[in-house]
Amino acid sequence: MSDLLTIKGLRIEGRSDETWNPIINGVDLNLKKGEVLGLIGESGAGKSTIGLACMGYTRDGVRISEGSVEFDGIDLVGASASVKRGLLGKRIAYVAQSAAASFNPAHKLMDQHTEGPVQHGVDNRATSAEDGIELYRKLRLPNPDEIGFRYPHQVSGGQLQRAMTAMAMSCRPDLIIFDEPTTALDVTTQIEVLASIREIVEEFDTAAIYITHDLAVVAQMADKIKVLLRGDEVEEADTRTMLSSPKEDYTKSLWAVRAFERPTKPPVAEGSVPVVSVRNITAAYGTTDVLHDVSFDIHAGRTVAVVGESGSGKSTAARCITGLLPPRMGEIAFDGVVLPANYKKRTKDQLRQAQMIYQMADTALNPRKTIGQIIGRPVQFYGGLTGAKRRARVDELLDQIELDPETYRDRLPSELSGGQKQRVGIARALAAEPKFIICDEVTSALDQLVAEGILRLLADLQDKLGLSYMFITHDLATVKAIADEVVVMKDGKVVEQGPKLDMFTPPHHAYTDLLLSSVPEMDPDWLTNLLAERGVDNIGDAAVDKM
Amino acid sequence: MSGLMWFAIYLAALLIGAYVFRAAGQAATSNTPKFRDMSYGEALGYVLGAGLLLWAVYYYFQPKILDTGVPNAGVIFFRWAVQGFIIAAVAAYLFRLLGRFVGTEATKKLFRSMPLTASFGILVIFIYAFVAIFAGAIAPYGQAEILGAANVMAGGDPALGGNPEYPLGTDQIGRDILSRLIFGAQNTVGIAFVTTCLSFFIGGSLGFLAATLQGWLDQLLSRSVDVLMAIPSLIFALLLMTIASVWAVELGVPLTIFMVLIIAVIDSTRVYRLARAVGLNIVVMDYIEAAKLRGEGLGYLVFKEILPNAMAPLLAEFGLRFCFVFLTIAALSFLGVGIQPPLADWGTMVRDLAPFINFAAFAPTAAVTPLLAAGAIALLTVAVNFVVDWMLHKSSGLKE
Repeated sequence: MSDLLTIKGLRIEGRSDETWNPIINGVDLNLKKGEVLGLIGESGAGKSTIGLACMGYTRDGVRISEGSVEFDGIDLVGASASVKRGLLGKRIAYVAQSAAASFNPAHKLMDQHTEGPVQHGVDNRATSAEDGIELYRKLRLPNPDEIGFRYPHQVSGGQLQRAMTAMAMSCRPDLIIFDEPTTALDVTTQIEVLASIREIVEEFDTAAIYITHDLAVVAQMADKIKVLLRGDEVEEADTRTMLSSPKEDYTKSLWAVRAFERPTKPPVAEGSVPVVSVRNITAAYGTTDVLHDVSFDIHAGRTVAVVGESGSGKSTAARCITGLLPPRMGEIAFDGVVLPANYKKRTKDQLRQAQMIYQMADTALNPRKTIGQIIGRPVQFYGGLTGAKRRARVDELLDQIELDPETYRDRLPSELSGGQKQRVGIARALAAEPKFIICDEVTSALDQLVAEGILRLLADLQDKLGLSYMFITHDLATVKAIADEVVVMKDGKVVEQGPKLDMFTPPHHAYTDLLLSSVPEMDPDWLTNLLAERGVDNIGDAAVDKM
Repeated sequence: MSGLMWFAIYLAALLIGAYVFRAAGQAATSNTPKFRDMSYGEALGYVLGAGLLLWAVYYYFQPKILDTGVPNAGVIFFRWAVQGFIIAAVAAYLFRLLGRFVGTEATKKLFRSMPLTASFGILVIFIYAFVAIFAGAIAPYGQAEILGAANVMAGGDPALGGNPEYPLGTDQIGRDILSRLIFGAQNTVGIAFVTTCLSFFIGGSLGFLAATLQGWLDQLLSRSVDVLMAIPSLIFALLLMTIASVWAVELGVPLTIFMVLIIAVIDSTRVYRLARAVGLNIVVMDYIEAAKLRGEGLGYLVFKEILPNAMAPLLAEFGLRFCFVFLTIAALSFLGVGIQPPLADWGTMVRDLAPFINFAAFAPTAAVTPLLAAGAIALLTVAVNFVVDWMLHKSSGLKE
């Protein structure tokens, strides 16, 4: 059988600062009909660039400098615009990471679904709409007959991602490129989307390139895996070989990320006063309660992970603790002293004691200020240090977060990588010399290796400075790595809480069980087994709704 | 009818030309992607551009004076425009070259990456500033000085009704136009600059305040601004200026001060809207939340956290607003309540000399007199916007 897609010696360059810099340095790729290839790598590895190159397309300011991309005997690099127009959407389709940003919000789903077949002359509107409903049904979308008449904003993220997969399928293409289709989704939603995508790709015998940074996900989806590092291929092998015996050191390090786990700490001494005590808080946005009677304690030197899906009230709880959202009922105590509900009424010292690290380092650091200014401000504001003393303290903090003061002091946030920015966010929190830090999804926007570095740093700092953390996350691997205690939240209520070990050993609360079972594992048969065990209707959001 | 026919012929030539151009390009370059994937519209654009360029060259070399002895005003103005454009481009190029070799290391670096438009803008602003500051020393006569002859033509050629002593001629009551233009820079530009700064200070700080505090203060300010904006600005300004002219006499304060205040307040409503809108996008950022939770005061939030991030859109608006203020002052002066005579002001000069425009067809030099002041306004407007565009591009990362 001949190959559907052949890429040979592909080199891609991007233009910045008046010169062409290499992005991809000679990558080969072969894909047979009906085969699924997983592309894995950190951000900047060139996964998406290769994904787009498979369609003969490059982003603005990027060019294919060498090599060939051949799709079913057609050379896509040299193909004219009209040849490509005939192929794209019809024989090659693309599913983007953020369906919410890729659908046109002004048109109904079905109108967008039928556009491709009609434009390509494959089908007329009416039959293609019927086919759309059929695809929606196959992808197990709720109300397949009616969902097409909704606008994108009326549909949830996971459903939108499946609607986009249906749209990609509308012309029955030979090749679909999935670019991180589940990265932005909750675990329980992700598993549904994964199951649907796998099923439909198998049914139509479509070849696919599945781009992701999540190994466990790709293990479920792909027949073979290719690992990329900064534009170079590290290795390629079929999924089982790759998972059981990776050859290269880099691949092994990727595999090992999830191995980081802190030793279990002895239980907290009876009767000790918790650093932060959340007592029976109920909070509302407007008139709707989003937190119901939430209580938990955080002890000195401990990490409490608050786990739950988006909308479960994790971040709202953090806003109550910081005083940004005064709770309707209940109170927050710090070292046994009840804090004023509103942050404006708290003293400077009370504010200093509790600091926050944010999910998106991009929006958490003022882009117009240098790193030195960002870290220096709390030093000056709380400690009253100025001039040389302030500088010395900033350098000390930069050392603590493992960034070289000389190099980074005068840089702007935009000149730093994602992981470095997150470190600066940590330094800013440390500058206040707090007892307690809220970490709001601090690693979810980062690559696994980088995230692991941040987790290790936070753990070291905790050991050195005796900090307490409230760790908000939806990623159970992170919880495993860093938490001492776990609080599971759903719909604004605490479902279950206790020491980490108890949480990860059965019996669990039904919801905790669902969360734990939805986290993909590195076993290529995991999804298959899970589906066999639970049945398609008892996974993901469908199962959540039944609770 | 024949005009329409010619138009149809030209159009057909263009349409066919575009097709031939693309086909020829494909054949000549052995089908490179540039020609292969060129859309018909793009080819049409190239051909149209080339056609216009040919026409411009042809028109430029038409005789200045028609066979009948009447000057061909269109050609004369077109030549002036082309010459002016070339002089401006050369001056901007030389200025940039100068900037690359003179000055500190930082300014040299700045000039190296500067586009020609920006260096032109900076040069013009420098010249205006210089002229405005040293007006008293540069101007050959006083701005209110009435010299012998009225309505002397520009150009200084006695045969055409000019006078070498007044190179740009004199106005209807015999004041030297060159001197009045120079003093006008001082009055108009100076006052417009002060007014714009004031309106940005008022509108900007209130806008950011509303964005940061929100709640009732935001409602109060925004609704008041809505009310002010509901009244046509020029008529509102006119009304207030009429009232102010009484107060000015009673209080013994120059009317100009009132004018600055009135225009600044009316204009600040637009700045307020922009500052509030930009501010609202910034206050939702996590770094603002971090600063609030740190316990920072309002002043720090507004001026240290929000302002630096709002600088780019505000600067762009400043360039535009400056020109509008400038035109408002000119309009008020034109209506007789702005800068009071005998002070020279470009708006007033345009109004006073406007009738000369009617001579354009047969005496281009006479028609130029009102255009000089208008041109001074236009040149500064363009220059300021060039510079602002460049600063935006540099500071905001619009290139991304």
